[in-house]
Amino acid sequence: MNGPVFDIAHMLAGGLVLVSMMMLYQDRLYALLNVFALHSLILTLSVAWQAFVHDAPHLYVTAAIALVFKAMVIPVVLHRMIRQLGIHREIETVVGIGPTMLAGIGLVALATVVMLRVTPGADPLAREDLAFALSVLLLGLLIMVTRRNAVSQVVGFMSLENGLVLAATGAKGMPLVVEISVAFSILIAFIVIGVFLFRIRERFDTVDVRALDDFKGRRRT
Amino acid sequence: MVVISALFIQAFQMALVVLLAPLLTGFIRLIKARLLRRRGPSMIQPYRDILRLLRKEVVLAENASWLFRVTPYLIFAVTWVAAAITPTFATGLIFSWTADLIAIIALLGSARFFLALAGMDVGTSFGGIGSSREAMIATLAEPSMLLIIFTLALIAGSTQLSTIATFMTSPQVGLRVSLAIALIALVMVAIAENARIPVDNPATHLELTMVHEAMVLEYSGRHLAMIELAASLKLLLYMSLIACMFVPWKLAVEGEGLVAYLVGIFAYLAKLAIGGALLALFETATAKMRVFRVPEFLGAALMLGLLATLLRFVSRSL
Repeated sequence: MNGPVFDIAHMLAGGLVLVSMMMLYQDRLYALLNVFALHSLILTLSVAWQAFVHDAPHLYVTAAIALVFKAMVIPVVLHRMIRQLGIHREIETVVGIGPTMLAGIGLVALATVVMLRVTPGADPLAREDLAFALSVLLLGLLIMVTRRNAVSQVVGFMSLENGLVLAATGAKGMPLVVEISVAFSILIAFIVIGVFLFRIRERFDTVDVRALDDFKGRRRT
Repeated sequence: MVVISALFIQAFQMALVVLLAPLLTGFIRLIKARLLRRRGPSMIQPYRDILRLLRKEVVLAENASWLFRVTPYLIFAVTWVAAAITPTFATGLIFSWTADLIAIIALLGSARFFLALAGMDVGTSFGGIGSSREAMIATLAEPSMLLIIFTLALIAGSTQLSTIATFMTSPQVGLRVSLAIALIALVMVAIAENARIPVDNPATHLELTMVHEAMVLEYSGRHLAMIELAASLKLLLYMSLIACMFVPWKLAVEGEGLVAYLVGIFAYLAKLAIGGALLALFETATAKMRVFRVPEFLGAALMLGLLATLLRFVSRSL
């Protein structure tokens, strides 16, 4: 499996990891959302390429779902949500950007080492996609952990889900039923998170999750 | 006979880089002026500036030591040597086997070291500020540069620039994500090293922002001319590095005929023009960042270099 087929798949999957790192670097909410849209766009291209390579037409549906929902609807809705919430543009991070990026590099290294050890016999394309997908997933978790702002945590969650889709399509494509149910569960989760965001905001006048900690602490004492 | 023609080509390359460097600077300034809807000075203005400076008297501070006087020549010589061993229009030049990429980084590093020393030599506060900022940039730019080199060396199997360029033209390279990341990181490092806009702006004398300009503030006359020429040469050097490692098309191979060399020279000029235009476009589109954001910018370059090395292992183990 060499030549341009593998190279393009490699570029797209690697690009996804790169854009995940870019998301770690962003410190503005709007910029973060734009990068997330880019992330989803690259996922769309990657899935479409897999569909083309494996000749699996149902993967085009996955690509279309990713394009419409993740690259367009969700960023636009989040944009509107930020405007309605009237929150600050700056994202407060738990630790500085430098240590966060270092941790991200560590996670990518971990993902590749683990995946390449576990799957020696598999198809190289699938192997590599799995390694990249695990890195994207871990980076998404890292974004959720290191951000204090609830909206950016949502973005981290969504990028984590992008990694899941990449993993699933890398493994010779997944059944359409599973695909649709995953997509809908994500949408439901998104709506629930949206409702929660407004609840948090109503209650604390902020979407900074530190307010939750303070609240808990006060009740304990 | 072969040695003589090889020496001739090498001498031509050395003359070419020095003669072209101010033109590139002038070209970038012209494009930037046009993008800002100004007329801008002519493209040969940097040559005129250098000639004018060469004619002027040198004004030295009373407490300037010998180091202050020697440094401009040293910086120029070192940068010139580094530019002479970078393949610009042809690979396999006779001097290019004497030093590899790591040596080029070391040469540029020593030039920077002496410039920082000279900045502190006279004892003005501006020089000190510039030197300390330069040291801050260097501590992050050099490791990222080394990581980028490691990535390329892992892919090409050598740190020799000619070998890397030859390898990059061969079809076995393909699209590699680590190469793309290394390119981004290298561009970021080049911007920081050459004191271009998001990091430093050599066109202003604003104490809040200046880095390079603060260090050379005390220089005048021919010393300043040497430093200006070395700065243009460094920009040209970085552009040639990027061109020969990432777009090494039409590079003449050792021993080919005159036509190949001519094609190589034209291709090189075209690459420089495109690179200069892109740089000018980028500089007009971005704003200068605060000095204390520079470590973040370069930290990102460092991380990208690290990531490129890591991803290189993913694609190699398949």
